[in-house]
Amino acid sequence: MSDILVTEQSKPGADGSGRPSGRLLEVEDLRVEFRTRDGVAKVINGVTYHVDAGETLAVLGESGSGKSVTAQTIMGILDTPPGFVTGGQVRFHGKDMLAMSAEERRRIRGEGIAMVFQDALSALNPVFTVGFQIAEQFRVRRGLSRADAKKRAIEMLDQVKIPNAKGRFSNYPHQFSGGMRQRAMIAMSLALDPEVLIADEPTTALDVTVQAQIMDLLAEMQRERQMGLILITHDLGVVADVADRIAVMYAGRIVEEANVYDLYAKPAHPYTIGLIDSIPRMDEKGQQLRTIKGLPPNLMNIPPGCPFNPRCPMAQPVCREKVPPLLQVGVSRASACHFAEELVNRD
Amino acid sequence: MGRYLLRRLLQLVPVFIGTTFLIYWLVWSVPGDPFAGKCGDRRCPDAYINFMTEKYQLDESIWVQYATYMKNLFQGDFGSTWNNREVADIIATAYPNTLKLALVALLIEAVIGLSAGVLTGLRRGGFLDNLVLVSTLFLIALPVFVVGFVLQWLLGVKWGIINPTVSNEMRLSELIVPGFVLGSASMAYVARVARTSIAENRRADYVRTAIAKGLPMRRVVGVHLLRNSLIPVVTLLGTDLGALMGGAIVTEGIFSINGIGRAVLRAIVTKESATVVSIVVVLVLVYLLMNLVVDLLYAALDPRIRYE
Repeated sequence: MSDILVTEQSKPGADGSGRPSGRLLEVEDLRVEFRTRDGVAKVINGVTYHVDAGETLAVLGESGSGKSVTAQTIMGILDTPPGFVTGGQVRFHGKDMLAMSAEERRRIRGEGIAMVFQDALSALNPVFTVGFQIAEQFRVRRGLSRADAKKRAIEMLDQVKIPNAKGRFSNYPHQFSGGMRQRAMIAMSLALDPEVLIADEPTTALDVTVQAQIMDLLAEMQRERQMGLILITHDLGVVADVADRIAVMYAGRIVEEANVYDLYAKPAHPYTIGLIDSIPRMDEKGQQLRTIKGLPPNLMNIPPGCPFNPRCPMAQPVCREKVPPLLQVGVSRASACHFAEELVNRD
Repeated sequence: MGRYLLRRLLQLVPVFIGTTFLIYWLVWSVPGDPFAGKCGDRRCPDAYINFMTEKYQLDESIWVQYATYMKNLFQGDFGSTWNNREVADIIATAYPNTLKLALVALLIEAVIGLSAGVLTGLRRGGFLDNLVLVSTLFLIALPVFVVGFVLQWLLGVKWGIINPTVSNEMRLSELIVPGFVLGSASMAYVARVARTSIAENRRADYVRTAIAKGLPMRRVVGVHLLRNSLIPVVTLLGTDLGALMGGAIVTEGIFSINGIGRAVLRAIVTKESATVVSIVVVLVLVYLLMNLVVDLLYAALDPRIRYE
């Protein structure tokens, strides 16, 4: 373990004490479980990540890896029951949100941290106009008059490049196309000028051609407003152009965190290697797609040791006994693999 | 929208003719002699019977009778009772009373039923939820006359909080208990439908979005959740006005309210087809119009529904 470069910060964003660290939003050692009739599913098992102003963090993982639940916990919209936070902190400007009163948390939503949901058709209220739902924020949170709120809402629709924003104001969500609906959703989430935007698979429900437009829009908004952006996705292709850093999640843990270039050039976790290998490539047309063998673990019964060991091509006896901690490997990157340094140092 | 409305109004015509004929035929088929006991212990004089038979076309076929009735109806003549009292007059005195009672019942049903439904839908499994579930089950299971007599005896006779019967002035305060009795079963249904609807939509994505926007909980529930959950409740309430008016017979009897229930009961016993049909016709019209209003309300509550 001697050649692991342990920097001053042994874990990104973690100083253990809970005192302000100057970070905008940081999640530390978060633990969430779902208590159901069939048993307790450990959905989040110590997630630690952070995002700063003007930075895009992509959270990557398969369905069920816990990326969306982490976001819901940050927003305070976790369904309880069945979901319960059993440990950890979510700090916004250094203050632990999980310890705040419901009213304090409510004030942060929308203004401090806002969220774009996956499926805008079900996330927008079907019985109110799109304009109403955007203007509502200005009226309720800013105390603007109906007319002023409407003006601001039309400005927002204009900013996300919805043509004829004025006319579209009084349309209902079902009268929008999928892409336009997601734009309206983005306009709504940006209305109160949040410092952090969480986009939970914002393009999954869209056509491929529209996906790129929405990603461009998000990137542009993030640049203009210098927001912190947490982009949740399972699509490696989507994140490459947009993200600064990537956190890869598996079975409720961060298994690797690195900047985009390092992650693609030299992944430091076998799971990340598997993910990158499974991207379809133009120069291998006609060949069978590579996949990661096996299935993600049952969260009610996570195997001992590294949760990835049953699927891992590099698994050794130690992997079935010890859970590898997320440790720094190289400059500003971390991996939760017993053999991380070997992976980083290979040619 | 205009065309839809026109089509719906045209649909009323066959329904109207069908129901009126059916009721006319039913009353016509009831066995019995309209002149039995009419003239005390004696048989009625032949002259009287002949006069009445001719006046009311009693020796004609049902078709002729029905046609004459409809012809008069469209000229605004509801006909008259055996005692030569105008049916229009009976309707004019009895209907407002029943309508008033039914509206009080509807209001109680909507306010109590909806509040109970919303509160329990938001907190399922709690004490209030169980209380409402059990009490609504009681109200649904108990016949109206049991609820009516028990409340009348308890509140009116034993504790003396209310008058056991309603006076002719039909004051609103007097109608609260009869209204509760009349609307009790529907109130229970409203509570249960609202509860299910709220609980279903409680976890909907758009509710989550509203919370994520940082809206206060009252607004999330009162605006975003309620509007979506109201649709099934509105159906129930809208169609219920007609049912409440028709079903008021028992309640009117218990609290001796001079409404259409009494009038129609008396008319059926004396085989006055014109009276029965006229009263029921107005009831049918209330049903049909309320149905139309409910359908139009759908479109107002849910913009995805459009009538072309």
